[in-house]
Amino acid sequence: MRALPDAGTRLRQGLSSDDWTLRAGILVILAYLTVTLLLPMSALLSKALEDRSGAFVGLQNFARYFATPSLSNSIGNSLFVGLVSTAICVSLAFVYAYGLTRTLMPGRAVFRLLGAIPLLVPSLLPAIALVYMFGNQGYASGLLMGESIYGPIGIIIGSVFWTFPHALIILITALSLSDARLYEASEALGASPWRTFWTVTISGARYGILSAIFVVFTLVVTDFGVPKVIGGQFNVLATDVYKQVVGQQNFEMGAVVGLVLLLPAVLSFLVDRIVQSRQGVQLTGRSIPYAPKANRKVDLALGGACLLIGLAIVSVLGTAFFAAFAKLWPYDLSFSLRHFDFDNMDGGGWASYVNSLRMAGLTAVFGTAIIFIGAYLVEKTRGFRAGREAVHFLALLPMAVPGLVLGLGYIFFFNAPGNPLNFIYGTMAILVLCTIAHFYSVAHLTAVTALKQLDPEFETVSQSLRVPVRRTFLAVTVPVSLPAIRDVAIYLFVNAMTTVSAVVFLYSPATSLASVAALNMDDAGDIAPAAAMGVLIFCTAALVRVIYTVLTAGLLRATQRWRHR
Amino acid sequence: MRTFWTTTVAAGAAALAATAASAGEKLTVYTALEADQYPAYLESFKAAHPDIDLEIVRDSTGIVTAKLLAEKANPVADVVWGLAATSLMLLDAEDLLMPYAPAGLDAIKPNMRDSADTPSWVGMDVWSSAICFNTVEAAKKNVPAPASWQDLTKPAYKGHLVMPNPASSGTGYLMVSAWLQIMGEADGWAFMDALHQNIATYTHSGSKPCKQAAAGEFTVGLSFEYRANKSKKEGAPLDIILPSEGLGWDMEAVGIISATDAPEAAKTFADWAVSEEAMRLYAENFAIVAMPGVQKPLEFVPATIEDMLIDNDFAWAAENRERILSEWSKRYDGKSEPKS
Repeated sequence: MRALPDAGTRLRQGLSSDDWTLRAGILVILAYLTVTLLLPMSALLSKALEDRSGAFVGLQNFARYFATPSLSNSIGNSLFVGLVSTAICVSLAFVYAYGLTRTLMPGRAVFRLLGAIPLLVPSLLPAIALVYMFGNQGYASGLLMGESIYGPIGIIIGSVFWTFPHALIILITALSLSDARLYEASEALGASPWRTFWTVTISGARYGILSAIFVVFTLVVTDFGVPKVIGGQFNVLATDVYKQVVGQQNFEMGAVVGLVLLLPAVLSFLVDRIVQSRQGVQLTGRSIPYAPKANRKVDLALGGACLLIGLAIVSVLGTAFFAAFAKLWPYDLSFSLRHFDFDNMDGGGWASYVNSLRMAGLTAVFGTAIIFIGAYLVEKTRGFRAGREAVHFLALLPMAVPGLVLGLGYIFFFNAPGNPLNFIYGTMAILVLCTIAHFYSVAHLTAVTALKQLDPEFETVSQSLRVPVRRTFLAVTVPVSLPAIRDVAIYLFVNAMTTVSAVVFLYSPATSLASVAALNMDDAGDIAPAAAMGVLIFCTAALVRVIYTVLTAGLLRATQRWRHR
Repeated sequence: MRTFWTTTVAAGAAALAATAASAGEKLTVYTALEADQYPAYLESFKAAHPDIDLEIVRDSTGIVTAKLLAEKANPVADVVWGLAATSLMLLDAEDLLMPYAPAGLDAIKPNMRDSADTPSWVGMDVWSSAICFNTVEAAKKNVPAPASWQDLTKPAYKGHLVMPNPASSGTGYLMVSAWLQIMGEADGWAFMDALHQNIATYTHSGSKPCKQAAAGEFTVGLSFEYRANKSKKEGAPLDIILPSEGLGWDMEAVGIISATDAPEAAKTFADWAVSEEAMRLYAENFAIVAMPGVQKPLEFVPATIEDMLIDNDFAWAAENRERILSEWSKRYDGKSEPKS
């Protein structure tokens, strides 16, 4: 850790009222994150050590867990699907990212858009589409050569689909940062293209690849939308948590499985942090960015590969659309809107869709404000290092906490009879708080990155001009950081629309959500309406993205002109 | 504890009728009725009692039961409506139900209510096992039509069967309980061991097997008669088969949670739930209802259904529910999918 540079001098100079404002802000954010993150997680921990009546029983629940093969077998199952999905997903994403960044293959802009599609759907939608593609009535079930899609095969294909963009984004970034001088050197030394690929390209992207591996593995293992829909009798940890809690009301065992699920997530989070801290020295001021040259063979090969991957993405989404509008698959494929008659199905009907819009809107507005201000305080407060680091640590913590586990912690914490915040239980507020906490990390990092690009002189100058920090924040920082603020808002909105994992434990009859409704409709056997709801969520997320981009384009032009001087 | 289940708010902002004694009261109703059944029922209730706000929490039988038991110390529900009688008997054994004789109790079949003078629960209708058999897929895959439960253990059905998980689904539990009763415990479990070899997957809900059979995803769905009738009406190529050994069945029933803070409104609801008007609505969906004069056969379900119901020992089914379910889970749940 770096030594604190100037705390002593600062103190001697005395603290201005602005300093105190910022420090008070740090404390407020700290309190906020403690309540919405730390306390629920500790509630989960202590629940795992209690029996049904609330008495402390030590590790007894864990002993029972490992003595029950039908539960502990899921660890192996989860590891298996996690590893295989990760291997496939990261390989495919690497090829795709390579094509996008290192070749001049045609249609790169289109491929970039296609690759992002899975971000806009709930994870259970690809699983539903797979039933239509490879189920017993699927139009492509012959490709499975007699194997059943219900089980590990389905989980793996579905997981690869929805985690693909997550790996892709990381790998695109990793492959974009590359020094052309290394390639020249390699060529000059007479290395074959193959050797250059391994020693320069792969080696340069190795941290990105590692990071992608850990991110994808965590996402797969902690997701429960895909295995819930297509897992059949193949149990994994994520579905076990749900079964214990919702199916059997066995909250203590749910907490135990939740903690088991936390392990791989925390592990990969730690490794990822270490990897991240080693990266970043690859590009220096003298680097020359690599620019791909046309190479017909390579362009064709990668273009073909990307085309196949893009087609796979489109066909999964297309199948979901078709299923949503076909009257009675597979016997009557005429067009029908009857699957959109949500009010006669499980899950809360159209009201759940409206609830989802509200929840996503509130999450985007409040989440962006809280997260951006939090990031600002971490970056711009002078001194008070302990407070800043505590906020930064808590802000990154959600990355290691699976949504299901967070949601479970919320039940235990907010529903405890003595909790003064008990009144938000069962309301929209708890869904919004939980969703903000769930997606805090990525949003926080985006904001921090944007703020780091701002010259600290802004604050120094305003201070010497005796402009209050609040004014500098609103008049300079916010307008200048608008692109990042917009990205954070869209990120929160889309994730709030599609998430199932945390909120599945927290909604009440009055606050049912669209993504959860899709899950419940599938549970009841209404798979086409579940597809219809998933398609509706996709269209909404896509539309909001487009509208938001268009609306903010003018604003961005006005506020971002300085970047293009 | 507020809820986080499959739920539906079916409460309109009821106009407050100043005259009613229970003006503007709110009732939380737990139910396992099908999502495509109860909206029609509720319309009738709302028309008669616009002053009572209903909050409906719906899920599968097993989940509603587990939830009610888990909330024992601090109940949320005021009324349980359309839940299996075996589950209500369990709740009654835990002293969770308030005995109440709804208006018009005399008109209810004596064997379809709690036998106590002031009953803790009153039946609404009977629902029973039925097999949904997809004739199109059967022809394609050469799967013969089953006539009995025992037929389903034949190798011809391997991978073509789907049935509800009895831990979550009331429809699943009434099948398992019936097999154990008609075959005896030892033979019943042996039958299920053999059946398990043919089952493609166990589902969360009792409707899903029939919906999957209707879509041809699996050829034979072990389900219940309402869903079978409905799916066939919607145009699915189904035959509805009632196996010869007899049908498992249970009653959907209504009861009041004793800890309710709105006892008057709860009683009003219970009165309505066993009224002739409500019974007529139940009769649209079920062949056998608790009020004798009201019932009528379902369009596609054989009229013999009432004679095929087994002689069901409800007390046994309720008392042994937990033991049977844990044995079932030990044997068949959590096994990874057979590699075939």
